[in-house]
Amino acid sequence: MLPACTDPATLEGLPWLLCYLTTGKHLSLYWAVGTVLLLLAITAPAAMAFGFGGAVAARSGVLPLRWLGKGYIAIVRGVPDIAFFLFFVIALDQGIEYLRHRIKCPDWDQPVRQGSDFLVCDVAKMPLGNAPQWVHETYGFALAVLTFAIVFGAFAANVLYGAMRAVPRAQVETAEAYGMTRGQTFRRIVVPQMWTYALPGLGNLWMILIKATPLLFLLGVEDIVYWARELGAAKTSRFTDYPHPDWRVWYFLALLVFYLVFTRLSEIVLARLSARASHGQATAAGERLRRAGANAGPH
Amino acid sequence: MCWETLLDYGLRSLGIGERLLPRADFTLCQQVVLIGSGMIWNVYFGVLALISGFALATLLAVGKASDNALLRKPAEWFVFVFRGSPLFIQFFFGYFLFLSLKQVAPVFEPFSSAWMGALVVLFLNTAAYSAEIFYGGLQAVPKGDLDAASAYGLTGWRRFRRITWPTMLRLAWPAYTNEAIFLFHATTLVFFTGFPARQQNGDALYYASYFADKTFNPFVPYPILAGYFILLTLVIIGLMGHVNSRLNRHLPQTTIRRPRLLPQIMR
Repeated sequence: MLPACTDPATLEGLPWLLCYLTTGKHLSLYWAVGTVLLLLAITAPAAMAFGFGGAVAARSGVLPLRWLGKGYIAIVRGVPDIAFFLFFVIALDQGIEYLRHRIKCPDWDQPVRQGSDFLVCDVAKMPLGNAPQWVHETYGFALAVLTFAIVFGAFAANVLYGAMRAVPRAQVETAEAYGMTRGQTFRRIVVPQMWTYALPGLGNLWMILIKATPLLFLLGVEDIVYWARELGAAKTSRFTDYPHPDWRVWYFLALLVFYLVFTRLSEIVLARLSARASHGQATAAGERLRRAGANAGPH
Repeated sequence: MCWETLLDYGLRSLGIGERLLPRADFTLCQQVVLIGSGMIWNVYFGVLALISGFALATLLAVGKASDNALLRKPAEWFVFVFRGSPLFIQFFFGYFLFLSLKQVAPVFEPFSSAWMGALVVLFLNTAAYSAEIFYGGLQAVPKGDLDAASAYGLTGWRRFRRITWPTMLRLAWPAYTNEAIFLFHATTLVFFTGFPARQQNGDALYYASYFADKTFNPFVPYPILAGYFILLTLVIIGLMGHVNSRLNRHLPQTTIRRPRLLPQIMR
């Protein structure tokens, strides 16, 4: 808190606003923006890993594995994503506790599900009942990240599966003619070449991922939506030094603008990235770049 | 036995029938009936937003393709704002905006409840997404078709009505089918974003999460919900496919592109 803010009742106009925007709860809101960025930073690579696994499984020669991969892609895409978020957060939590329960308490003889209760032995609880608050919060966040990764992994799997199939057949045939095995062809030919085909889809996915981050609120994480609702609600002078009427509409307007700026910036970066990836590729975009370069002369 | 539950809870989401939700000893039948009852709201929001959004989307697409900056700029901004921000935040913003407006003018009273307020947000949102799709279709109308129309003396409104617009729809239809599917998926957000479910009259996801919370068992209600949505998706694909074959009926029948599940466009 700034030193000038000790008695907000005497302040007016801009100083009041400055003090108001630097209260402890507002700092929590700014931290929550960091949470969103952290979620994006962890989820994007994790979803890529899930997606890669899904795409490889869907291409596999082993039939059950192929069904698994294709089923993963199809089911997650056919059902509202919000339902999946709500489902996985509970299902993952119970799944982890159940596994720990089986390992740590092998001689527990009561059923785990009793009517409307889910009972595991005390040492199997996740996190443990006596764990400090930050462990609970981190665990909740980790569950949210895993949920996001599973759902977005299915979308990424779909994109990567398409991209792998888009690599020209002749390239694969040439590799086979050189005597490369299936695995070698995949590692040396398909994977390095698929990115240019995957990039538009992955870029699209990144935008979707950004726009899905407020759903953290539904998963019980104290994110920006949570704080915007908290801070915006009408406050009387009995509970705060900064009484104000219902300002939630302004807080959500700010969030709206935040997301607009974020997606716009991403769009610009993605356009640059895609131009770079198309460089020297035998695709329409690559050809356009080559022509533009030829017209502009060497630089 | 399930028949009785159907009578009691079949229209529960509209406030008709048994008022109290089941509190203990939940049967499979209760879950299927109540979640199905909630689907009424998903269909209501989806159908009305899709139809009204279709009209606005056509206007926006034409505006965005216009040479006149006074028409083009507002259309571009509208599409940018609604496609560039999360629908989740749009719902929250819309709800609190309508709450504030209600204090100023009582006309906005119905907008603070879901049936009207959420519908308006969904209408604007789907209009923006569809406008982008239709704009793409408009850009892809073959030059030859327009030249041929000019040669027949068709200009202005008549050319748009009889040549440009049907061709735009035909080209955009597979992507628009996809938009329709994800619009229905998006309707599940409504009751999680401030819009109150009065007397617990909610949509399918509202009831599914109610059961999941009460029974602490997500493995029953959510698969039921998934089943309903897969059915709904199949119905949409069927209906839109019907329209698609009508839009393409003048073409050689082998070249028709059937709408299929195209890459996801979620908000």
